[in-house]
Amino acid sequence: MVAFGQFLEIIISGLLAGVLYSLVALGFVLIFKASGVFNFAQGAMVLLAGLALVRSLDFLAAKGFPMWTAIVLGLLFAAVIMAITAWLVERFVLGPLINQDGLTLFMSTIGITFMIEGGAQFIFGSDVYPLRLFPTDAWFLFEKAFDGGILVNKLDVWGGMIAAVLVAGLAVFFQRTKTGRALRAVADDHAAAQSVGIPLNWIWFIVWLVAGLVALVAATVWGTKLGVQFSITFLALKALPVLIIGGFTSVPGAIVGGLIIGAGEKLAEAYLGPSIGGGIEYWFAYVLALLVLLVRPQGLFGERIIERI
Amino acid sequence: MLYRETGQFKTSYSADMAVFPIRQDRIALWILLAVAFIGIPLLDAYQIGPMRGEYLIRAIFIPFLILALAAIGLNILTGYCGQLSLGSGAFMAVGAYSAYKFGTGVHIPLEIFTINIPPLPMLPSILLGGLMAAVVGILFGIPSLRIKGLYLAVATLAAQFFFDWLFIRVKWFTNYTSSGSVTAPELNFFGFFANKPIEKYLVCLVFVTLFALMAKNLVRGHIGRQWMAIRDMDIAAELMGIRPLYAKLSAFAVSSFIIGVAGALWAFIYLGSWEPLAFNIDRSFQLLFMVIIGGLGSILGAFLGAAFILVLPILLEQVPHALGIPITVETVSLLVFVVTGALICWLLIVEPHGFARLWSTGKEKLRLWPYPY
Amino acid sequence: MSGPAASDIAAGEVLLSIENVSLSFGGVRAIRDVSFDIKKGEVRAIIGPNGAGKTSMLNVINGFYQPQQGRITFKGKTRSKMQPHDAARGGIARTFQNVALFKGMSALDNIMAGRTLKMRRGLLWQILRVGPALNEEVAHRHRVEEIIDFLEIQAIRKVPVARLPYGLQKRVELGRALAMEPDLLLLDEPMAGMNLEEKEDMSRFIVDVNDHFGTTVALIEHDMGVVMDLSDRVVVLDHGVKIADGTPDEVKKNQDVIDAYLGVAH
Repeated sequence: MVAFGQFLEIIISGLLAGVLYSLVALGFVLIFKASGVFNFAQGAMVLLAGLALVRSLDFLAAKGFPMWTAIVLGLLFAAVIMAITAWLVERFVLGPLINQDGLTLFMSTIGITFMIEGGAQFIFGSDVYPLRLFPTDAWFLFEKAFDGGILVNKLDVWGGMIAAVLVAGLAVFFQRTKTGRALRAVADDHAAAQSVGIPLNWIWFIVWLVAGLVALVAATVWGTKLGVQFSITFLALKALPVLIIGGFTSVPGAIVGGLIIGAGEKLAEAYLGPSIGGGIEYWFAYVLALLVLLVRPQGLFGERIIERI
Repeated sequence: MLYRETGQFKTSYSADMAVFPIRQDRIALWILLAVAFIGIPLLDAYQIGPMRGEYLIRAIFIPFLILALAAIGLNILTGYCGQLSLGSGAFMAVGAYSAYKFGTGVHIPLEIFTINIPPLPMLPSILLGGLMAAVVGILFGIPSLRIKGLYLAVATLAAQFFFDWLFIRVKWFTNYTSSGSVTAPELNFFGFFANKPIEKYLVCLVFVTLFALMAKNLVRGHIGRQWMAIRDMDIAAELMGIRPLYAKLSAFAVSSFIIGVAGALWAFIYLGSWEPLAFNIDRSFQLLFMVIIGGLGSILGAFLGAAFILVLPILLEQVPHALGIPITVETVSLLVFVVTGALICWLLIVEPHGFARLWSTGKEKLRLWPYPY
Repeated sequence: MSGPAASDIAAGEVLLSIENVSLSFGGVRAIRDVSFDIKKGEVRAIIGPNGAGKTSMLNVINGFYQPQQGRITFKGKTRSKMQPHDAARGGIARTFQNVALFKGMSALDNIMAGRTLKMRRGLLWQILRVGPALNEEVAHRHRVEEIIDFLEIQAIRKVPVARLPYGLQKRVELGRALAMEPDLLLLDEPMAGMNLEEKEDMSRFIVDVNDHFGTTVALIEHDMGVVMDLSDRVVVLDHGVKIADGTPDEVKKNQDVIDAYLGVAH
């Protein structure tokens, strides 16, 4: 039973880790869905949100505010920061680039990444800041069935629940609200959306704001897991394989993709790792995504591109 | 007035198709080459002005030349053939480590026989390093036949992270050193020992000049047209008889070869000793910026972009000093981040086609000067 | 290569034959059991209302779409599917409804790109660009300049095509197709969006190509005047089905064609 118990542990931790990846991927999906832009700066936005949150929490705690008040105020503060960032990005970078092709827009998001990374650390500091919003210990399940029980991280479970709530909320937002509909219109065709009176600039501001809030949520979970620090920005890269598998425009796809990548990584590391040399987690997700692409060039959930001339 | 073409007639197609058909451009090029090959070594020999000491050569000229070479390689793949690559750092690494193995001797015991290659001289090692990079490039280029655009970028990322891991884990590549870092063999180019910075500079200069010419010939020829056709409209290209397989894989091969050679040069000549981190994802992005800022689809752009990306941080670091503002090193590096990002965005807004386009627009205005239109 | 060369087929003999071809996309049946042929040296028009399957038909001939049923016989060789490379090699060239030029290149380079199949020198020779490679470039440049003269676009040869007005872009695209020295030239609405003068120029070019070079032309066109003047035979498609096939006069009087497409003069 030991081997099976181990397997369960690995799969569960992998799935839950995958949900955390999905949280970051969701931000990408939002912006891509609504503007066709692949926002490389999503990782930097997680950093910015995390830094704003953790620094304001420390500040408020030092001033003697009670914990729950501090948390609420801290979250509000971080949300405002993200709103300001969204406005700045739309006004000074995306607005002027409105008709450029995908590669140019993508490169501009890399430029934005640099600015946010540098700016965030310049304003809020560049140390590692621990965040204590969720419990970080673990449960041991089924101790009678499996020797020692199956280790399940409470943080990971919290992350899963938050992701579920977020996905449900976003789904409602896109399908049921007027703004959500407008976002979907903009994603399909900028010019057509404008011609029916949808204000493009406002829409983009909203999108980046929502993506910023998603980044904030991701920051609360990842910040607790890793501490708020510069390396969080590399989450952006890890989200890419998630998006490949789940599709760039699908909210549930981001979840599925995250689950597959998370579980796949952990399983590969545990079972393939020892024979090849360990450290496989570093590249496994990307190779997995590559293999998926070879079979389905548009990703698992992407739409087949029918070329017309 | 200065830049007029009037009076310059071409009497043959080959003259019309020359690299620099305008006489003023040719003169400018000869002057540039003279300064690079003769002027700089002279100034260095007599230690005149800014050439005093070795800072300019070691910290600016040499890395500029090598990175410009890598940027030429990446430009061929991404700029001319339209295949986005985020893994160029990995190809530099392949070139560097392959050259290292060839330069220190290859010994592979297989079941039936043993592969035993004695240490090769410097030049063949570097070129073979490039060749290995080309082979790897073709391998990782195969997905490009099915996968396009941003999706392909993820495939190149797979190459990047895989090779990062490979050169750390598989100790054979580093000849089993305990630290994981390796030192280049002696820089002996068939009797010419490149020990002093100026000698290293000359070696790099020769490499870069030859490869730039080679690249320019290729992109002007019909393989270059095939690359650009695939980039612009691959369906129409295929319907005209252009084989996407051949065009894309040749772009990967040539590009990776050049990047591999640049990687070997970077490791051997610039760094001397290095570890795999020298070729990580940051390097890939650095090269991509150079290519985009310099101008996609332009050999000149590779040089301009490399100069910009290399010199910018140095300039930014000097400015607070010059103004007398006390500032920590850390803050400076953060500010460099911000300013670089801002400049990239600004440049993309003003001229999405990079410096090379600004340059050619400037030349067009110069042709009319002093008239406005 | 495949089958007898086009020169073995005498003028007036069948160059291309479409037999019982059907093409569907998912549930949409674009072409239903269509058969017709194109004779060497003629100008064949394909007409019909929008959505009739005309462009799809060209795409099938070109090898861009593979039909689910039917056969294509080109220069004596019969295939069930045409691959793009086979079509190009066999001497089929094409222009597109929405100008498919290589936007990043000049007009000259676009037309030179059409010479790809004729260029032999490999990568290594091109790197050196001396002797054989250079001679080949120059030789092809000669041929391309002849085409440029023919199409009267000398003044804009170095201009990036993205900057050219629509009418000139269409001319460059025609030049690119001609550079392949095709036996069969497929033109998809070559006159679309042109004014009267431009149409007259384009008609002149098409007639010249057909008369002087003997190139067989298949063209999709909506302007009935052009169709009646230029073409030797016409095939009419409607909703993927062939409803008429004959000389322009015969087709003009065909009741089905009048009902579906031409209408009556009031």
